[in-house]
Amino acid sequence: MLNANANTQSNLNDPAPQRKEIKPEQKGKFRLDFRQYSLLIAILAIFVIFTIATDGSFVTSRNLSNLFRQMSVTGILAIGMTLVIVAGHIDLSVGSLVGLTGGIAAILHVWYDWNTFAAIGVALILGVILGAVQGWWIAYKNVPAFIVTLGGMMVFRGILIGVSNGETIAPLQDNFKMIGQGYIPYTVGYIIAVIVVAALFALYFKNRVKKIKLGLPLGNENAAYGRVALFSIVFLLFVYMMNRYLGIPAPIMAVLVVAGIFIFLSQRTTFGRHVYVIGGNADAAKYSGIKIKRNVLIVYMLMGLLAGIAGVLLTSRLNAATVGAGNMLELDSIAAVVIGGTSLMGGVGTIMGSIIGALIMVSIDNGMSMMNIEPFWQYIVKGSILVIAVWMDVSTKRKQ
Amino acid sequence: MGNDILVMKRISKEFPGVKALDEVTFSVKRGEIHALCGENGAGKSTLMKVLSGIYPPGTYDGDILVNGEVKQFHTIKDSENAGISIIYQELALAPELTVAENIFLGNERAQKGIINWDQTNLEAKRWLDQVGLDISPDKRVKDLGVGQQQLVEIAKALSKKNDLIILDEPTAALTESEVETLIGILEELRRQNVTCIYISHKLNEVMRLCDSVTVLRDGKTIVTKPIDDMDEDKIIAYMVGRELTQLYPKKTGDYIGGPVLEVKNFNVHDYAGRHVIKEASFMARKGEVLGIAGLMGSGRTELFTSLFGAFEGKYSGEITIDGQKAFIKSAADAIKCGMAYVSEDRKKTGLVLDMSIRNNTTMVALDSVSGNGIIDEAKEVHEAEKYMKVFRTKAPSIETKVGTLSGGNQQKVVLGKWLMTSPKILILDEPTRGIDIGAKSEIYAFIHELAKQGISIIIISSELPEVLGMADRVLVMSDGRIAKELSIEEADQNTIMKWATGGAVHA
Repeated sequence: MLNANANTQSNLNDPAPQRKEIKPEQKGKFRLDFRQYSLLIAILAIFVIFTIATDGSFVTSRNLSNLFRQMSVTGILAIGMTLVIVAGHIDLSVGSLVGLTGGIAAILHVWYDWNTFAAIGVALILGVILGAVQGWWIAYKNVPAFIVTLGGMMVFRGILIGVSNGETIAPLQDNFKMIGQGYIPYTVGYIIAVIVVAALFALYFKNRVKKIKLGLPLGNENAAYGRVALFSIVFLLFVYMMNRYLGIPAPIMAVLVVAGIFIFLSQRTTFGRHVYVIGGNADAAKYSGIKIKRNVLIVYMLMGLLAGIAGVLLTSRLNAATVGAGNMLELDSIAAVVIGGTSLMGGVGTIMGSIIGALIMVSIDNGMSMMNIEPFWQYIVKGSILVIAVWMDVSTKRKQ
Repeated sequence: MGNDILVMKRISKEFPGVKALDEVTFSVKRGEIHALCGENGAGKSTLMKVLSGIYPPGTYDGDILVNGEVKQFHTIKDSENAGISIIYQELALAPELTVAENIFLGNERAQKGIINWDQTNLEAKRWLDQVGLDISPDKRVKDLGVGQQQLVEIAKALSKKNDLIILDEPTAALTESEVETLIGILEELRRQNVTCIYISHKLNEVMRLCDSVTVLRDGKTIVTKPIDDMDEDKIIAYMVGRELTQLYPKKTGDYIGGPVLEVKNFNVHDYAGRHVIKEASFMARKGEVLGIAGLMGSGRTELFTSLFGAFEGKYSGEITIDGQKAFIKSAADAIKCGMAYVSEDRKKTGLVLDMSIRNNTTMVALDSVSGNGIIDEAKEVHEAEKYMKVFRTKAPSIETKVGTLSGGNQQKVVLGKWLMTSPKILILDEPTRGIDIGAKSEIYAFIHELAKQGISIIIISSELPEVLGMADRVLVMSDGRIAKELSIEEADQNTIMKWATGGAVHA
């Protein structure tokens, strides 16, 4: 709906083109560089500041392992939220949905002795169904997403309080706890690292061969090569740091797998492309024969699925389900997505950016608590960073 | 010259790639009704936007003199303070507010910021009486008809007690009797020495009402004359006076084949229940360029967006494509039937400006470069490169965002996007609007080439030279009907204009 407003406004002004023409090369380059690098610079700066402020204990393997584990729930939600926001919508219900799905899994598992897999399966299916219900109201009944998911936020929390009688559900069996608290053994971690790096290079070369076959320009090969190499190094370093402590935390493995799938989904599938078109210009999508309603419904189903996964992770990490679980997570994940460069107007944004956004948010929490700064400061700093990040985005856009 | 309330001297304004106004000079005498005529895109609306401060000084060249003094209008408020009010073609009323609130919007009857409702309603009633509108001032604007809304706009302009009122196509949405009322009001205003600038396509109204007329064409002033020296045919001649040069490819017509699209008794009602297309029947042939002419609001766009399944409304009628009945409920259906629609507003309904040329090109036919829903990036790049080469689109690369391209290059991306679907029927709605002359002739050449390849082409255009230069056959639309079918030999600008303005009845 935000998007529609913007359209009618620019339309009222004039049918004739108004914007001043910018030299395309200059603009494209500047924007790309600034967008991508500003995030990386921000996360590096945060790491450096906290490392200095904590005399190095911020970057110990132990703390990094902790930090990544803390980030897993927000990270998973931010991945789904990216799609929702890119499609031009919003989801305020994810926090409650995390609480509800995690709570149901715990109830089945602890109270009714269901085995871990069945309980998790039910949680995930429940997430998809509730996501579909909300998506149906939004896409087919044209109720604004803000309202539908605000309603969902209250309804889901209410159901959770009802089914749990307001009690905390604990403790879990070991194999359930493993999901949120376990670690991947060292050797397996290194094997995964090698496979990932090999796959990256294989994909890169496969693409290159195909381009040559079709007679397409290869572009800046060094840059592409450098990107693959840099990503490989960062990943190997990450695995090494994790292995120096107890190994890659299982929830972070889940984030990596989900991120991989969703990056592929958003960049390389027709579904993903359609989501970007719908958010970028719904009218153009309609005239192009894109099935807007169905795609929006699927986006909300995926969001529900990810909320289910996040719910299981959270319950497992805390070794309990509580009525307050997941509170405020919707706002954390929206903030992560926005800091990561996704436009609330829809059509623009990347999952990678959102994950870095989530990392920035969690680093601030973690670093500040390591510095023994009182917790209320975390809210103040995170809130300010959110506003400043969007201001920077808006002002660089306006300059163009 | 002391008699001139308004003089605009040597006004020039450029948009990227288009010179919208080229040293336009325009002067209006106090107390007259001055008509401003020209084809769509001649620069009338741009000129009025310069005058009202929507385009502030610095974005155009030239001087504006009001009552002999040079003025600079940075906002609409500035021009209003100088005694100028504009009534736009698109209504600028707030639908959820009452009539009285709208009349005094931004000009509230208030003391120290507290609104005096009694005074507001009382005064509103007085202005409504003056425009002959017998409605309660506390009615919501959205509950009024379009004609009544137009009259509310006029009441609003009058309430500002300005001495220069500009009306942009004020009668486009009015019924016969409302037009009479409006003409009465304007005549009354003239007696009160209020000056009006009257922009209209309806030349019979211009002849009846106005004292003098200025004609713009291609952003230039062509003529300013007292109305007594003019008649409708002369005005039309000045408006369209362009000669057909080599801009258009030569028509041969020998590749025209059998019918591809047949439409019978097609009716469209919009959501407000208005009957926007009435009993339209026509046929389009393989390899033929069919031109659709008609004034704004004659239903051209509604007819074809409906056939394409993208108009919000109810349709009935029979569509046959290649001899088979087609049931089109959405754009997706139409695309499956082999239709492609290049819309009149490429920024609003054609492109995603934040996306690259590549992604825009493959937006419709994405499945053709994908397998099992997974995009084959190399194939996609290949296709996008292909269409960039075919159309000679000027851009650094296929990854350039289309928002940064000029109008002509954006239009080439839109054309590429539709050609990728290998259409049988290509509908082009105002294909060269806002495009400079060089890109225009390129696009004409492509269209001609596509027709030769056997695609059935339909061109909807407000620019008559374009219709005449490109089409093999012309349909003229008027008031939601297909008023006349003309072969290209019968069609000339005057004939088309007469059918389009409904004037052919007296001809």
